[in-house]
Amino acid sequence: MDFSDTPKEAEFRKQARAFLDANATPKSKATPRRDEKEADLIKRAKAWQKLKQENGWACLNWPKEYGGRGATPMELIIWGQEEAKYDVPTGPFAIGLGMCGPTVIAFAGEEQKKRYLPKMASGEEIWCQLFSEPAGGSDVANLRTRAVKDGEDWVVNGQKVWTSGAQYCDYGILLTRTDPNVPKHKGLTMFIVDMKAPGVEVKPIKQASGHSGFNEVYFADVRIPDDHRLGEVGDGWKVSIVTLMNERLAVGSAGGPDAGELLELAQTVELGEEPAIQNQAVREKIATWYCEQAGLKFTKLRVQSALSRGGTPGPENSITKIVSANKLQGIGNFGMDLMDMGGILVDEQPMEGQFQAAWMSAPGLRIAGGTDEILRNIIAERVMQMPGDIRVDKNVPFSEVPQGGKS
Amino acid sequence: MNFEFSEDQNMLRDQAQNFLRAKSDSKAVRKILESDQHYDEALWKGMVELGWTGVTIPETYGGIGLGHLELCVIAEELGRTLAPTPFSSSVYLATEALLQFGSEEQKQAWLPKLAAGEVIGTVAVGEGTKTVTQQNMQVTARGGKLTGTKLPVADGDVANIAIVIAKDSDSAASLYLVELGGEGVTRSTVKTLDPTRSHAQIEFKGAAGELLGGAGEGWTQLEKLFDRAAILFAWEQVGGAEASMQMARDYAMGRYAFGRPIASFQAIKHKVADMYIAHTLARSNCYYGAWALSTNAPELPVAAATARVSATEAFHECSKENIQTHGGMGFTWEFDCHLFYRRSKLLSLNLGSLPRWKDMLVTRIEQSNLDHSSQ
Repeated sequence: MDFSDTPKEAEFRKQARAFLDANATPKSKATPRRDEKEADLIKRAKAWQKLKQENGWACLNWPKEYGGRGATPMELIIWGQEEAKYDVPTGPFAIGLGMCGPTVIAFAGEEQKKRYLPKMASGEEIWCQLFSEPAGGSDVANLRTRAVKDGEDWVVNGQKVWTSGAQYCDYGILLTRTDPNVPKHKGLTMFIVDMKAPGVEVKPIKQASGHSGFNEVYFADVRIPDDHRLGEVGDGWKVSIVTLMNERLAVGSAGGPDAGELLELAQTVELGEEPAIQNQAVREKIATWYCEQAGLKFTKLRVQSALSRGGTPGPENSITKIVSANKLQGIGNFGMDLMDMGGILVDEQPMEGQFQAAWMSAPGLRIAGGTDEILRNIIAERVMQMPGDIRVDKNVPFSEVPQGGKS
Repeated sequence: MNFEFSEDQNMLRDQAQNFLRAKSDSKAVRKILESDQHYDEALWKGMVELGWTGVTIPETYGGIGLGHLELCVIAEELGRTLAPTPFSSSVYLATEALLQFGSEEQKQAWLPKLAAGEVIGTVAVGEGTKTVTQQNMQVTARGGKLTGTKLPVADGDVANIAIVIAKDSDSAASLYLVELGGEGVTRSTVKTLDPTRSHAQIEFKGAAGELLGGAGEGWTQLEKLFDRAAILFAWEQVGGAEASMQMARDYAMGRYAFGRPIASFQAIKHKVADMYIAHTLARSNCYYGAWALSTNAPELPVAAATARVSATEAFHECSKENIQTHGGMGFTWEFDCHLFYRRSKLLSLNLGSLPRWKDMLVTRIEQSNLDHSSQ
């Protein structure tokens, strides 16, 4: 066992660092941008993406002809490790490049790939993913948005929800129901949709935390040409699996305070007459979260090691989101406890309010990209090879599946 | 980067699995559970013949001179099969103590015999139902003679030598190598919650002890020794955790209730998923521990405590939820669930309790300049 790069990897890392050093500021030296307007963030993000693409550092694992670099999975990881050390805006592109791009690569016709992928890679156009619906969250295939063939076009009516970034996106991949008279998984079809097309309406959702990162997207007689279909008619579920597999690769650890930050806080606040860090209960909690944090870190390294050696990673990474989101909620909660009565205050929080912010955002993280419960099902079914649930809607035409009173 | 065991090490694992599947199956373990035999002598002999007792001992001292990564591989498989032998006491602790702190003479005297399995060693620290500290320790050494009682001592009834921590004065303790067959040593087997591993009370009345390592450095040396052993214990715990998880999953697949396998109920699936999560976190921490142990990295103290804490928690989680998954049958003597449950608690206490290791972990994080960030 050793943690050093192979000579080839080391050379690649050196090149990545050289580019980043020349063009970006390390996080440690950056000034926080607390109140940046969204439009300014998007502008900055597009400029950074364009610069990366022009220099061969965008969408590293995509083929060169579509704007990528044709890099290995390990090179992609190395780039990610290095880029993460710099104060650069990558968030607006995470879904488009991480999930939509790979789906377009896998299922679009050549003409569409040439039209859309290079502009996605260069940041000129931002993409979103339109799967979830009011009646289809964990049960995504229960979606109701209809696409009906009309000449060479499809006409779409319905509503999507939880669409991150829809307000600034140019295109999206849209999962629709094209046949309600077959069982739910069989009647779905995927499309590329122009988010600026007539009939598309985006409404922000105000989250429990007060922020608005997600939207409702309404479709009223939106026309999509048939050549913007991804995969065959009725194969939408298969296509969406590819997208979602990429989502699980893209969704990493939840950001925010970790055991180290909690330790730092415990060293600065008092509990009773002594620094909180001297309290045994506090120490035990820090130890527990430190072990989870370390376990995730080394799990990631095991996966990277397999990739580095040209192997296929095992399923270990499936634990990442479930552990990190719950850890974040626990640390945020306990961090505020250490502030005692003052823990509720918003403007007086130590360490830039990260514990309160973590606690407020953690409920969303435990749901987004697969709830804790769905992820446990996935671990049990895919990793431990346990049977799927018995489904009452399995062989029933979608139109006859009970939907309950609430949408 | 290479964060995996090598092909040779994986071959060793295959060999260990084949051997232990045949020689340390449920029947073999239960023979020790239900008889007054202290350990499985045939199994022990087989392990010695495979060279396992000499894995970390250099060839010049009669070992086979592999390394600690190989020992981690063996430890996991021993944990998986609950192997009822004095391996951990003799190899992770006594042998390691001699390798780390022994004089040339002591190494020459004992390592070849430990490698050959002629001598079984152990470490004696505990003094009843309290946390032993340098201050409250009752066993004393005066002029190389030990007095006092150690309890419980793993394999203390079958071991030939013990590394004993004893107080030289109010402010200093040292490690002593004591021949347990000698004068002034009285020992008796004690009952513990895991009868598949033998434990003893050892009473010293002026027993001769030979200083091991530096005079007055016993406590520091013991901590260092326990760190190294903690990683090996953690691998046993991970092996036991995985076996418990697999047992729960397999039972749930075959057990039908309400007209379907109970493995199809989310209540059971989520339980197994939680076992998988605990086990995976522990295993990954053990990988890091294995790396730190095999390279003597400065990160070893943090890596050891991390592996120890998460492996202890994982084995407890998996072994208790394995019983729960089995329902009533899991609480019978006849089913093996309780053997893992018992072993999980035994291993978690053998090197000191979970709260103590958690406390030590935080102390070490505070002391180290390691990067605590998750990246």
